[in-house]
Amino acid sequence: MDDWRESQEILVMDGRIKVPYTWSAGEVGTTYLEALRDDKRFMGTRCPECGVVYHIPRMHCPDCFAACAEWVELEPQGELVTYTVARKHHPQLSPVEGLFGYGVIKLEGADTGFLHLLGEFAEGELSSGMTVEAVFADEREGSVLDVRYFRPLRGVE
Amino acid sequence: MEPVAVVGVGMTPIKREWVTHTYADLVFDACSAALADAGMTIDQVDIVLTGSNDFFDGRTISSMAVMDACGSFDKNVSTVEGEGTFGAAHAVMRVLAGWGTCLYCAHHKGSESVMPLITNAMFDPIYERFTGIEAVTSSALQARAYMDAYGVTEEQCASVSVKNHGNAKKNPLAQLPLDITVQDVMSSPYLADPLKVLDCAPISDGASAVVIAGAGKVRKIAEKPVWVKGIGYNCDAFHLGDRDLAGVDALERAAKKAYSEAGIKDPAGEIDLAEVSDVFSYMELMWLEGLGLCERGEAGKLTESGRTALDGALPVNPSGGCLSGNPVLVSGLNRIIECALQIRGDAGEHQVDGVRTAVAQGFNGPCGQSQCVWVLGGDA
Ligand SMILES: [Zn+2]
Repeated sequence: MDDWRESQEILVMDGRIKVPYTWSAGEVGTTYLEALRDDKRFMGTRCPECGVVYHIPRMHCPDCFAACAEWVELEPQGELVTYTVARKHHPQLSPVEGLFGYGVIKLEGADTGFLHLLGEFAEGELSSGMTVEAVFADEREGSVLDVRYFRPLRGVE
Repeated sequence: MEPVAVVGVGMTPIKREWVTHTYADLVFDACSAALADAGMTIDQVDIVLTGSNDFFDGRTISSMAVMDACGSFDKNVSTVEGEGTFGAAHAVMRVLAGWGTCLYCAHHKGSESVMPLITNAMFDPIYERFTGIEAVTSSALQARAYMDAYGVTEEQCASVSVKNHGNAKKNPLAQLPLDITVQDVMSSPYLADPLKVLDCAPISDGASAVVIAGAGKVRKIAEKPVWVKGIGYNCDAFHLGDRDLAGVDALERAAKKAYSEAGIKDPAGEIDLAEVSDVFSYMELMWLEGLGLCERGEAGKLTESGRTALDGALPVNPSGGCLSGNPVLVSGLNRIIECALQIRGDAGEHQVDGVRTAVAQGFNGPCGQSQCVWVLGGDA
């Protein structure tokens, strides 16, 4: 007898989980994002014990397990520590069009890297160790995307 | 560590899209296979542990969907939301705690959701997630950092992919046995520089299970027990910018702990075989270095020299590894199972001669944030 399973077409249910979230940025995150939004300034926090300046800012030093109460202003440019050029555009994920990438950027004044988008670069232009600068959005609303992306340093426009 | 052994193993084949099987069907197959391998019935299992991820499964308390399938009804059951090497480590802890013989199973169906949307959600929702970063793009950042730091080439990474897809031809459970060359890998399209399609593990469906027992029970169950000689795990910073992405600090710490438990002083000399989580080709190289099986920056040359090939002095991923089939979470458990089969001499066509001590490695989190190392061995 034939196995009934061989001729069976399996049914597949489509689904989608829709759950809105409202994530608090907390006191440190709010202070940080307000400085980006209102003054186009990057702020980090310094650990009182090891002296490391964290960017993104941290309320606590993960190394020393100590509270980081001191704010430090950082430069809007820094070293591209590592990078990638994204070749696949996920329409539901990518906030930018055209040639773009991701980088870990150590802003001048900070000891840790910042993960963000890279844009306005030519094919083959990126390299580890180069200086990149922040390009701010004209309309800023208090999120990390108030920085549109980082680009190779061009200086003042 | 008190003697604890893997006394039964079961793996489903790994497939791209296993439409005939629900999660529960896969779990039932894997658990049945592990029990049959151990020569046990479900009644002889004292405790059950499951491994799953709610986000991948698209349901909260995802373990509940497989409770019947793993035979946990009326038993002590709990879930480890994390990768299989970690889940199995918890199974060992329960056995050591005196709770009895433990069945641990992990399942994954990558085919039923959208991988980049899910891996994007492992990143911080305030600072990172909005950028659209996910597993492939973040791993590309790590690959670049590693290659820059040690002068590792894309060709060396490609040679890992060639080797592992080739090994998979001898593993009937593998999803992607391929006859490819370094040139094929190099000319496959970039997903995120320097990672190309053939540097990346596929999306997969599959489940696996192991039975773990304490010394008192082992002799009654298994003819060929595989002893857990040592386990270590260790975690690095969450934010990628806080880490040296070219570094393998967490893995080195995990390996040190596992080796010290196992009494291994010279891993490169004492370990016969490794199964590591090569979710991306460069990772096999980094993890070999982190496991102390060669010097930092040397794993690429080691691979090109054929030392890690199936017939080399230190075979790595003779099963084909994650590159040849990657049911997330299950993958690390598969590394343990493959080591166990090799030690027993039951690996079939991809069996390596004379394996006495093997190391399995798995990780959780972006770019190998948290690392778990197992040292397994046969009867002394
Ligand atoms: Zn500190």
